[in-house]
Amino acid sequence: MAKIIVMTSGKGGVGKTTSSAAFGTGLALRGFKTCIIDFDVGLRNLDLIMGCERRVVFDFINVINGEARLSQALIKDKRVENLYILPTSQTRDKDALTEQGVEKILNELKKEFDYIICDSPAGIERGALMALYFADHAIIVTNPEVSSVRDSDRILGVIQAKSRRAEKGEAPVQEHLLVTRYDPERVEKGEMLKVEDVLEILAIPLLGIIPESPAVLRASNVGMPVVLDDKSNAGQAYSDAVGRFLGEKIEHRFVKVEKKGFFDRLLRRTA
Amino acid sequence: MSIFDFFRTPKKASAADQAKERLQIVLAHERAGRDSPDFLPQLQKELLDVIKKYVSIDDDKVAVKLDRASGYSTLEVNVELPAPAKGAARAATGKVAAAGNA
Repeated sequence: MAKIIVMTSGKGGVGKTTSSAAFGTGLALRGFKTCIIDFDVGLRNLDLIMGCERRVVFDFINVINGEARLSQALIKDKRVENLYILPTSQTRDKDALTEQGVEKILNELKKEFDYIICDSPAGIERGALMALYFADHAIIVTNPEVSSVRDSDRILGVIQAKSRRAEKGEAPVQEHLLVTRYDPERVEKGEMLKVEDVLEILAIPLLGIIPESPAVLRASNVGMPVVLDDKSNAGQAYSDAVGRFLGEKIEHRFVKVEKKGFFDRLLRRTA
Repeated sequence: MSIFDFFRTPKKASAADQAKERLQIVLAHERAGRDSPDFLPQLQKELLDVIKKYVSIDDDKVAVKLDRASGYSTLEVNVELPAPAKGAARAATGKVAAAGNA
């Protein structure tokens, strides 16, 4: 049975699209047929992060409006087997997302895919509500920073009140915390919230900690999901998070300051 | 406490500690507001207006709280009346609790 995962945060700029791309690619790498949908109508970016911006012909909204078939809008990733992207419209606005339209397409996707990842826009308006409404799982992307944590708490409240599972009184949406842009050095100095503090405040299970890493910008520059950069700590951390999601027991890495060796110091090497 | 602690300056709360504390306070407030029904602020205001007809009290001296348990809810109204004008420093607190089926 296909599972719908929403990648959401409330606040913008915390790494939802980066995480959707990395997490979706990670699931596909493990053999699951995965589709990533961009719900940020009018401000599409998943196509750029995935490196398929020049292959977009039809989009999610075209399919909702019956202007194209789903198979015409889905873009198959050229690097990873089993991975598809459903881009959104750059010209329409979020009112184009109707509940019936979104439901119809998700139902169609569910027949073919193992996992459907809904990349939510920021905010708590229509686009974000539609992205989370049909979810079975919610991955809350949070930066260790006050406004991000507060908005994450808010979006958790919305999921618990306004998702379809909540409205129908079914088993609640399963929540997972993904802490991104974590900087152990600043944590050690007392400048940044510890992951334990964020966990204590939000009180949902921890899926992963993605360290602040230059690899994320490097990957987005070239349109490659960062999980494919398996030498980078961020890429490895996303891969670990995917493993944990699938039930594997994996220790959290990159949470302590790495001691640099004599030669590293001498050469001033960075990650 | 060891003898060395005596010479240390007391440690100031780090920026991260302050962030945590501020978040805990603001979220406790926001979560309480999220779960309460919409009519509570209006009820609180109207109750205050009625009480003000008879006693002069400050706006923040009426607290209205709704607790939900399985099968019933309690509406707790806490009114703090000012101390009598002459001498006595006693503050009279009137508490009304109403319980009913939710």
